[in-house]
Amino acid sequence: MTEGATAGVAAGGRAAAPRVDPDGADGRSGSFRPRARRPLAIALLFLLPALVLLGALVVYPIVFSVGRSFYDATGSRFVGVENYGEIFSAESTLTAIKNNLIWVVVAPTVVTALGLIFAVLTERIRWSTAFKVLIFMPMAISFLSAGVTWRLIYEQDPETGVANAAVGAVVDVVRPPGSLPGARPSDEEAVEQTASGLETTATVTPGDTVAIGLVAIPPEQIPSGATAAAEPAAVENGVGGTVWLDFTPGGGGEPGQVDAEERGLPGVSVEAVDADGTVVANATTDPDGTFTLPDVSGDVSVRLGASNFREPFSGISWLGPALVTPAIIVSYVWIWAGFAMVVIAAGLAAIPRELLEAARVDGASEWQVFRRVTVPLLAPVLGVVFVTLVINVLKIFDLVLVIAPGSAQREANVIALQMWKTAFGARNFGLGSALAVFLLVLVIPAMLFNIRRFRAEET
Amino acid sequence: MAATAATTRTDTTVARQQPTSTSGRIVRALTRAPLNVILIIVALFWLVPTFGLLVSSFRSADANAASGWWTALLHPTELTLEPYTNLLDDPTMLSSLWNTVLITVPTSVLVVAISALAAYAFAWIRFPGRDWLFLVVVGLLVVPLQIGLIPVARLYDVLGLFGTIAGVVLFHVAFGLPFAVFLLRNFFVGIPSELLEAARMDGAGEWTVFWRVVLPLGIPAIASLLIFQFLWVWNDLLVALVFAGGTTQPLTVTIREQLRSFGANIDVIAPAAFVQMIVPLVVFFAFQRYFVQGLLAGSQR
Repeated sequence: MTEGATAGVAAGGRAAAPRVDPDGADGRSGSFRPRARRPLAIALLFLLPALVLLGALVVYPIVFSVGRSFYDATGSRFVGVENYGEIFSAESTLTAIKNNLIWVVVAPTVVTALGLIFAVLTERIRWSTAFKVLIFMPMAISFLSAGVTWRLIYEQDPETGVANAAVGAVVDVVRPPGSLPGARPSDEEAVEQTASGLETTATVTPGDTVAIGLVAIPPEQIPSGATAAAEPAAVENGVGGTVWLDFTPGGGGEPGQVDAEERGLPGVSVEAVDADGTVVANATTDPDGTFTLPDVSGDVSVRLGASNFREPFSGISWLGPALVTPAIIVSYVWIWAGFAMVVIAAGLAAIPRELLEAARVDGASEWQVFRRVTVPLLAPVLGVVFVTLVINVLKIFDLVLVIAPGSAQREANVIALQMWKTAFGARNFGLGSALAVFLLVLVIPAMLFNIRRFRAEET
Repeated sequence: MAATAATTRTDTTVARQQPTSTSGRIVRALTRAPLNVILIIVALFWLVPTFGLLVSSFRSADANAASGWWTALLHPTELTLEPYTNLLDDPTMLSSLWNTVLITVPTSVLVVAISALAAYAFAWIRFPGRDWLFLVVVGLLVVPLQIGLIPVARLYDVLGLFGTIAGVVLFHVAFGLPFAVFLLRNFFVGIPSELLEAARMDGAGEWTVFWRVVLPLGIPAIASLLIFQFLWVWNDLLVALVFAGGTTQPLTVTIREQLRSFGANIDVIAPAAFVQMIVPLVVFFAFQRYFVQGLLAGSQR
């Protein structure tokens, strides 16, 4: 929850349920007979604490920051607009501006859209209160704790990160991992690594035997049920062979030879490939590593398909340089969707039911009612929600600081984060002030929007 | 013709709203089934992150490093209170939790007190320049607090407030005021003028009217404001990061210091983060009504 949130919301609520007598309230306050005491003096007494604090800690800083932004890091030299030039030329600030742009375009749109969808859909279920409470709950949580929560979710290891565990569960079904990831041939002259797997360099003809020794298989990866490797046995009209772990524990043994104590590799899929590259026969190895490719004619090479060596799903790097900003935006949506939903639902409740019913009676489908009646009537509320979110997103800081790991902070950078780092990390108060003023300039349209809105409602 | 159309409309409306027959109810339930399923999935998606943090916070560092929190659901015996007992034995954590209280409570009280006074003046005292001054407050609503960090840090250096709880509190109060004044003024303005007039007829001064009439009637708005202010300040990281010192830092800053080695410190971070969020969650569930009312402030009158 940050302060921008409710600032706009207060106005949001107004839009949701327009006041019945817009000018009644203000008229009342002035309706007393003139007071004997001087109102200005009394008013000042009431206003004094607020005015002092606002003046010293809000208004004066605005003036000071604008002035300070024209000086260098230490404040000793006037540099004109140099700091502003740096904002638009330094790589770090340009990344920050680019990311803020992504944030401002994506986050408010997605949050408002989701809030609208939830608000409309919850009107049709019985447990809407429970649903709303659940969606709204993250609004009470700090960006820090929410950030910790999402960092846990985005852990890269599918064993510990729930996002990758979910993705991995799907990936492993669609593309099952092989039993021998990382294995290499023991005799790299006889067997070569190709894009489609491990393939014998020499061709064989029916009646020949093939011995494919593999190494670089850690003990825990040896398929269970593996027995002592057997010598390849020749078969008629086919190719016989053995796939085995060509490594004798404790040393000894001869590369390329099936030695005692060496074990077969069961469950490996073997293919016979003819000169055109067509697969003409298939086999799977037995516990002792032997296989038979039946009914082969002519010259073929023997291949262990790439699927045998496919690495298991290692996890998407959510918080890596490429995905870090979208990943943080997802967590932001999780926090703020409830806000949009609650405000829009209040707006929805204020729409006269008869209008919707009339449209339905006139034959409009539910989608048409939504698109042509509900959304246009909600437009003012949607606008206020959107503007509130834009203001909030421009100042986004904690979430990025907490979720982006050190290695990806440069890529995830945003203006408010860069401002803090520049001012209180690098102690460059000139550039820091310029960045703060830049943020202020970015929210000025929203400031004017609020003032215009307020004046329109008061008169 | 017109009469027929009207009758048809009424009939359709009734039929839509109240399916009379059992079969009608079943048809309705069936068409709603996909919607319910989708929303249950959405609800789970919203619940899982917090639930995951909760479960993780009851697991040892080794368990969290070796497997995901969901495996603990099948082996509930591996859950342990140890991360929490360790947290209670950590003096830094305890003192920063106390600092959070020391910052949050005075800030909330001060914001309410100062803004209520100002809001009363804006709502019920006619003085020259009032409307103009209030527009300034409305304008200040969206000013990013980043603009205050550097100038106020310098100011605090001079005043000796840098690194003190008072400094953090004052900054929060100042940047909380525009919204607070805006919210309360809009609420106070809606109080029926007869009530104030009657008090004034009886010879009550402005202070008495404020204290005896407006403040008691303003309690709903004040409650909303109090909750918002409490949550903002309790959840703040940036202001404390800049203005609090080593011995005055709140819980958020202490947790953030542990984030450098996230994986290794997860048994410290997860329970601390959960403690940090449990207070706002309790406030949220206890005062939900005021929370939502605050969000919809303008429409409450």
